[in-house]
Amino acid sequence: MLRTENRELRTQYMASVLDIRRRIRSVVNTRQITKAMKTVSAAKLRRAQEGALAARPYSQMLTNVLKSLVARADIYDPITGEPRHPLLAERPEKTILLIVVTGDKGLAGAFNTNILKIVSKFIESKPDQNIDVECIGRKGRDFMRRRYPMAPERAPSGDGAMGGDARLSGEETVPRAGRVQIVGEHVGVLGKVEHGFASQLAAQVVERFSRCEIDGVYILYNEFKSVMAQRLIVEQLLPIKEIGVVDVRMAEEAEEEERKRRVEAAKSAGVGLRPPDTSALDAAAAKIAVSPVDYIYEQPAEQLFREILPKYIGIQIFHALLESVAAEHAARMTAMDSATNNASDMIDSLTLVMNRARQAKITKEIIEIVSGAAAL
Amino acid sequence: MADTFQLEIVTPEKLMVKEAAEEAQIPGMNGYLGILPGHAPLITELAVGVISYRASGETHNLAVAWGFAEVLPDKVTILAEAAERPQEIDVARAEKSKERAEQRLKSNDPQVDYDRAEDALQRAETRLKVATEK
Repeated sequence: MLRTENRELRTQYMASVLDIRRRIRSVVNTRQITKAMKTVSAAKLRRAQEGALAARPYSQMLTNVLKSLVARADIYDPITGEPRHPLLAERPEKTILLIVVTGDKGLAGAFNTNILKIVSKFIESKPDQNIDVECIGRKGRDFMRRRYPMAPERAPSGDGAMGGDARLSGEETVPRAGRVQIVGEHVGVLGKVEHGFASQLAAQVVERFSRCEIDGVYILYNEFKSVMAQRLIVEQLLPIKEIGVVDVRMAEEAEEEERKRRVEAAKSAGVGLRPPDTSALDAAAAKIAVSPVDYIYEQPAEQLFREILPKYIGIQIFHALLESVAAEHAARMTAMDSATNNASDMIDSLTLVMNRARQAKITKEIIEIVSGAAAL
Repeated sequence: MADTFQLEIVTPEKLMVKEAAEEAQIPGMNGYLGILPGHAPLITELAVGVISYRASGETHNLAVAWGFAEVLPDKVTILAEAAERPQEIDVARAEKSKERAEQRLKSNDPQVDYDRAEDALQRAETRLKVATEK
């Protein structure tokens, strides 16, 4: 009786030492993978940050030119004070467009989840409006698809009468699939953010806005100034309230604990914490089109303004995408850093358990031998 | 008067050119503009076309799609939505898109957006021109 019990115990110990060793090996492998992913994300993050920096002069200059044109072109009607450009016109919001920027891939901690939480919050905060959703990124698309219907197919309309009196055009009125519907999805564009994509999307959005199909355009994304300074924001793109001012409608900062983890991850991966210094760049960009001279305008200022304004939207979308991509890499880096740390902790405690088990086994064997000898 | 001016060509992706140039030719909406140092201040929209400039004796060509330019006596800033150097141009792709655009223009399909096809054709032709000139 006692002997069988002993044997059982022994086999259990032996197996468990082996099992534990196996588990340790598997955790070590996992740690290797997470470590590699962290390094890759850190490199990608650095590249994304450089990309965002390189994109800065253009957007700053474009903004500045627009600002100086505002002063020259009669953008507002002198009598009524109404803006003459359709993209500036505010009207009651009946249908709004929400552009949601998430990542294509997972394994980035709560990055996508947090964005989608805000999406739900935003949609709840607009209970009376119809909402069209444009998804950028696979994760957001999957989430929205589970909840909301796709918009019914529309025959591609001919040339969009830009800025024309589209309000009167009789066609239209395709029934909506629901209060909230998905009008577009873009998957796989985030690997390499191209301005061409952003400007195409912007052209589409601008066209719909000036045809009065939508009365407001919002973009929801993870703003990324640096590893430290990030938040989730909803930015209003259209109508434009004031040029050069980001119109933030909703923002959510990260929690303290999350921030601490980010800092640690960045430090161990060798990524700079501070946002790069852009003051020199910005100062250079600020000089454009503001020289105190009389410019010859090849085109009337109004026309120039009309042409540039849609590009401004494109640039804003482009920016949002760049920042979101950087944030995604940062989030993945943080998540993988935590995973690596967790794996290390687990290996430590498993090793301890294994040693203990082995020791117990040895002790047991000695006892057996000793008591066996005593019995003789 | 200085015999060069500062030329900057900026695209959404990056600052492409920052050089002292002796002369430049830019595709304005109303036709090509030749610019020498000391040009009168001017702002213009750019069409699809070729920017060519000479810096320290060498001539460079760039294919640009929409943009605009600010000209000052000592400085020219060009904001281009897309700009490509000859070596960056994918000739095969440009040829393909040229063919596509031509086909679309030829077809009598009412669905075709002629302005867009025309634009695409022009862009492709400019690209090919720049790429083959080198």
